[in-house]
Amino acid sequence: MANEKDVLVQIRNLYVTYGTRLGSVSAVDDVSFDIYRGEILGLVGESGCGKSTLGKALMRMIKSPGEITGGQVIFNGEDIMEYSDKQMRDFRGRRTSMIFQDPMTSLNPVQRVDEHMIEAIEVHEPKTKKANITDRITSLIERLGIQKRRLTDYPHQLSGGMRQRVMVGLGLVLNAHLIIADEATTSLDVIVEANLVDQLREIRDEFGVTILMITHNIALVAEIADRIAVMYAGRFAEIGPINDVFEDPMHPYTQGLLRSVPSIRLDDQEELYKMPGEPPNLTQPPSGCRFHPRCPQAIPICARIQPELLETKQGRLVNCWLFQDQPEEAAHPIMVTA
Amino acid sequence: MSSSLRNFLITRALLTIPMVLILITMVFFIMRILPGDPIRSELGPKATEEQVEIIAERLGLNKPLYQQYYEFLWQMITLDFGNALTMGERPIKDELAEKLPATIELTIPAMLFTAFFGIFAGAYAAKKRKKAQDYGIRLFSIAIYSIPIFVMGLIFQIIFSVRLNILPIAGRLDPLLLVTFESPTNFYIIDSILTQNWAALRSTIAHLILPALTLGLALTGVFIRLTRVNMIEAQESDFITAGRARGIPENKLHYRHALRNTFIPILTLIGLQFAILLAGAVLTETTFSWPGMGRYLVTRIQLRDYNAVQATIGVFALFVAVISVVMDVLYAFIDPRIRY
Repeated sequence: MANEKDVLVQIRNLYVTYGTRLGSVSAVDDVSFDIYRGEILGLVGESGCGKSTLGKALMRMIKSPGEITGGQVIFNGEDIMEYSDKQMRDFRGRRTSMIFQDPMTSLNPVQRVDEHMIEAIEVHEPKTKKANITDRITSLIERLGIQKRRLTDYPHQLSGGMRQRVMVGLGLVLNAHLIIADEATTSLDVIVEANLVDQLREIRDEFGVTILMITHNIALVAEIADRIAVMYAGRFAEIGPINDVFEDPMHPYTQGLLRSVPSIRLDDQEELYKMPGEPPNLTQPPSGCRFHPRCPQAIPICARIQPELLETKQGRLVNCWLFQDQPEEAAHPIMVTA
Repeated sequence: MSSSLRNFLITRALLTIPMVLILITMVFFIMRILPGDPIRSELGPKATEEQVEIIAERLGLNKPLYQQYYEFLWQMITLDFGNALTMGERPIKDELAEKLPATIELTIPAMLFTAFFGIFAGAYAAKKRKKAQDYGIRLFSIAIYSIPIFVMGLIFQIIFSVRLNILPIAGRLDPLLLVTFESPTNFYIIDSILTQNWAALRSTIAHLILPALTLGLALTGVFIRLTRVNMIEAQESDFITAGRARGIPENKLHYRHALRNTFIPILTLIGLQFAILLAGAVLTETTFSWPGMGRYLVTRIQLRDYNAVQATIGVFALFVAVISVVMDVLYAFIDPRIRY
């Protein structure tokens, strides 16, 4: 569905490291992938797998003690890692925007909704006339299904769903190309969540924005995303078109993950799959493939050498030795730290 | 004014009554428990029993205690306060009308200084967290907090009045100007502006600088620390991260978004500090011979002037109570989540 031209963001060999007392943790470890223009990409994985860190790294919002230790994020052909602080500030908001998990706290409690939006416009487009700003805000907020009179409300007067829509609006008001939704629907109840998800899809269709949806809710991704990326212990396990991955998950981790999603059917006799083991301690990640200690299909090489994320079929990339040629070990004396 | 705000104000005013009542009752009894009495302190050690009795009769101090207490309460309720028991036995109302404006004229600038300087320094320290500026400001706040007011006042007097000779050492106004100074309100700044007496205005302000600075600085430490801690907390909040993700400049995030959110605890502190400010005013006024309530209170406690002390402390208590109500009303302007 996508060819080279449609790429909005190219992430290349991205590393994010957190310095802790127990040593450095590689939260994002050599991640490379593309985000296509206009798609909804679902990024899933367990808590602590690095998906939120990855989302923040795309905006260079990693806080100390975290640090982006390598790689490129090429947005519209420009590597934002090369940007100055000022360019970065311009980039944030205007090119990308972010929606956070907790709608209760992500708006300034002492600022009205319209003040948030006016401020964003004034910061990024200081020459805009007052009247134009008001028009823009009003029409946008109505398209998001919020009444105009709500603009003068304070965040605490809005429901959780409305606040998240305001957050979406804050991205759209500056015509951001990429919206990163970091667990944006997690704290909403299911009905509000479904509404917001529907709305995100409509927004994508209407505004042509690209959405990176970071969540641990696979069902939600199935509902909305065009492609899914599965992350495990700081690396991508698998990435591919949503239907293909759901019908035929290739990576053993993806397989396990999909089998552990509860189904609502009442006559379901099947027990939920419980993945053996626990997510690894990233101060001392397992050698080779980071999933091998929990992998039911592990083969000897998995413990020694790390596989790569390679394209196996059209549009499907898998990071697993089961799908790639195993190197002669003598020819590839890769030393892996234990 | 919304009706709920009016209800709130009425409730607060009613709550103030028992507070002040308990306080002045305590003062009433403590003054009488203290050794010494106003008559002997005025007449000296050689007074005879007859002399004391005559004066006690005249001042009503020979009445039973419950009757004195009853009369005292009535005086407070009618805001009449009665006459002082010493130093000319003038009506306390007249004496306070002279002293209270002097204290207000000292404490308001001191409070403004301490609030502005303390909040700004605290916010700046939070911005430069764990850098040299932060450590410097924190050290300053501890040092300033631990220096007694009268020591700080003396140091300032030595530096600015004695060595540099640029500011007056004590008093409210140049004695030469005081002779012709018309003062209907006893607020010297207001009076000098009203009478267009610019020389007096200059002199008043020059006299005000050192005491206000001393009193203000003494309280700054607490403001710095409170602001800093709350700012650091606010910096971690999601809406700051969200604002940063929207490309809002750091200075704006810090001094507008975060700072506005820390005003609530700061406002509470201003209300609480006002009581401490008045206590500090006692020391400052004594150090700088400032003819205000504080110095008046010290003199009258020494003379065991029951009536004057009771009235002065009652007025202090009312002052603090009014300020705290004003602060509560201000909350609603700063935090839209609070509505009365």
